Amino acid sequence: MRYHDTLKHFMAAGAAALALGAASAGADEFTRADLEKWRKEFMAVVQEGERLFHSGKLGGNTVSCDMCHPNASNTHPETYPKFQKQLGEVATLRQMINWCIENPLEGKPLPLDDPRMVALEAYITYERRGVKLDPGKH
Amino acid sequence: MSVEKITRRSFLKRAGAVAAAAAAPVSLVEIAWGRSDARNFTFAYISDSHLTQIKGTKFVSNFDRGLKRAIAEVNFMSPKPDFVVFGGDLAQLGKRAEIDHGLELMSALRAPVKWVVGEHDFYLDMGEYWAEKVAPLHYSFDHKGVHFVVLNSILTYEDWIRKWSTPEERMLAMARLDNPQGSPFMVGDAQIRWLRKDLAGVSSDTPVVVLSHSPLYKVFKPWNFWTDDAEKVQAELKRFRKVTVIHGHVHQVLYNQIGNISFYAMMSTAWPWPYPVSYVQVPNAVPKLTVFMNRADPHSERDGTGWGWLDLDSGRAAMHYELWENRPRTVRFDPKTGRPVDTVYQDPDKRIPPQMHY
Repeated sequence: MRYHDTLKHFMAAGAAALALGAASAGADEFTRADLEKWRKEFMAVVQEGERLFHSGKLGGNTVSCDMCHPNASNTHPETYPKFQKQLGEVATLRQMINWCIENPLEGKPLPLDDPRMVALEAYITYERRGVKLDPGKH
Repeated sequence: MSVEKITRRSFLKRAGAVAAAAAAPVSLVEIAWGRSDARNFTFAYISDSHLTQIKGTKFVSNFDRGLKRAIAEVNFMSPKPDFVVFGGDLAQLGKRAEIDHGLELMSALRAPVKWVVGEHDFYLDMGEYWAEKVAPLHYSFDHKGVHFVVLNSILTYEDWIRKWSTPEERMLAMARLDNPQGSPFMVGDAQIRWLRKDLAGVSSDTPVVVLSHSPLYKVFKPWNFWTDDAEKVQAELKRFRKVTVIHGHVHQVLYNQIGNISFYAMMSTAWPWPYPVSYVQVPNAVPKLTVFMNRADPHSERDGTGWGWLDLDSGRAAMHYELWENRPRTVRFDPKTGRPVDTVYQDPDKRIPPQMHY
């Protein structure tokens, strides 16, 4: 969902809550069923990311991400943002994903908020779960 | 001996290969290299080119460039290597077009080639085209007092082979390194019986070199850095005093010593693979002995790739890694400690920051 859609949705929900007064418990309480649902939503996106990561169709030359990064290893999502000397600036993981799509995969970069980009990031980060954040590390 | 060669290589790198071929002090190199002992010889090693057909005559140019560069550099070796080993995975998806393309590029080599089959060459037609056009899937030969055995180490279980609806589906499943539906490599009992018979006439003091695609030991099962029946193969090699296994598949500097056997891995000409230590969800058995190659810089197409050459000095190997974007490395068998050591970086105090993988 794009940012402005989210915002619209949020405002509508807020208006509805105001109209109902204090009847609903609201945003700070959630149930085990909610947790399960959100987990499922997340894992579906991870799974889509895994599919894209192993797909020869993400780029333009049949090469796929996993050919260099089995299980998304050596992507180091925990180190971003970090300085990339070849870009000459501090870059995010999504910028590096696009760099890989454009270069070894000879494809077109994705918009940074493209659902495919979110899915790729979800998969890469999930495979690195448990590793502590270390932004800037080389 | 290696110092002269490295100097020559560095010279080539600086001067540009073509210019250097005309200008290099080749005769000096030959004098420095030459030894009267016929048992000392050199062979080159190129591996894992993964030539990938996009469509028709269009192939992934990055991977073509890697193999072409290795071939050009091997052709500039002086004196010439006695032969060149190709360590497997010439193709990416086992297609005839890919194998043909590889044979065409490799035909530029000015030395005979000893071929090892890899899983990417094999699982489309179970090695049929390879055996017909390239080489037998396993064989042995003798060279200057050393017995060489080429094994097909990428076989797997029959049930897995039969479970796919098409050959293409099977090939794609095996080509995916991190496939949870994958299947472990093995040499298989029939080939081990052949090996036993082949070695029966070889005396225990004859140096033996085994060439395989997968490591003949167990590093990391999820990526098939692994041979399921490795121990059985090792047992057949146990009675020999000097045994060296050289393998491809892992696309990285990797070496180990298990009992009497020294293991050395080859680089890929196409792309590097991470060490399994960088996948934190599953434990690994990466040999502690290995000083890692530098972490590859993704912005440099040829970084983390290369080729190699070996000299066999009295039946023990010295592996020279020609790393295109990094300083070359030499890992040689050290008779004092009885295992391979890196001639520069083995001491932890001598290591450099890019060798740290996490």
